Amino acid sequence: MPPPSDAEIEREYLRLKKEAEAGGYHLNPDRAFVNGLVSGLLANTGRYGYPSCPCRLAAGVRERDLDIVCPCDYRDPDLTEYGACYCALYVSGEIAAGKKKAGAVPERRPPGGPKKKETPATGIGALPFPVWRCRVCGYLCARDGPPEVCPVCKAKSDRFERFI
Amino acid sequence: MDPIHVAGTDKGRVMLFALSTCGWCARTKELLNDLGVAYDYVFVDQLPREEMERVYADMMKRYNPLGSFPTVVINGRVIVGYKEEDIREALI
Repeated sequence: MPPPSDAEIEREYLRLKKEAEAGGYHLNPDRAFVNGLVSGLLANTGRYGYPSCPCRLAAGVRERDLDIVCPCDYRDPDLTEYGACYCALYVSGEIAAGKKKAGAVPERRPPGGPKKKETPATGIGALPFPVWRCRVCGYLCARDGPPEVCPVCKAKSDRFERFI
Repeated sequence: MDPIHVAGTDKGRVMLFALSTCGWCARTKELLNDLGVAYDYVFVDQLPREEMERVYADMMKRYNPLGSFPTVVINGRVIVGYKEEDIREALI
């Protein structure tokens, strides 16, 4: 597969930047570094059909890679603890402003991906609807099933988990 | 698996397991290039599926059970992630 063109990288970069800023996130200010990651995301979309994390080896099956589809499940805890996500595509406000530099973030994903966990069908009392949680942004909604796309961050329905 | 050899000053056995899409892997490669050392590298994500699984399982078993990239092995010392100081130190 040919590598993505500079124009494609630029287009995708601007889209990601807009999306990040609309959600209160920041992209890494190091443009050359980010261009490499955006190119990697485009390459993975071409290879697997979804933008899996460029810094992790994908299984190539969406169901097995759901937790590492960018933005991955680990972005927020890594941002809180290290000021950058694992790839350093997303960074804290401090790093975005150039006051600090992004460094290596230890891998918190369990080797081979997380084990499937069964969510108990009963939670707090008897709720009329199950509560669904978007694993990307934390959005919660109470309805029979998850929405097709997250109304907040636009993640697809398979990024939701049953919360209660 | 045939790793790609990069010619340079002989500092012993330097092997880099990397992903072609990863920014920190690219940084690690740039550092090794800048230091002018001879090394071998493999882009695990670009291997055919079967070989990828074999190489990846072997990397995890021998060097880095987390299975994360980049993993650099310098004369038996394993450095996980882009750690510039550790890499420089291991190459002295």
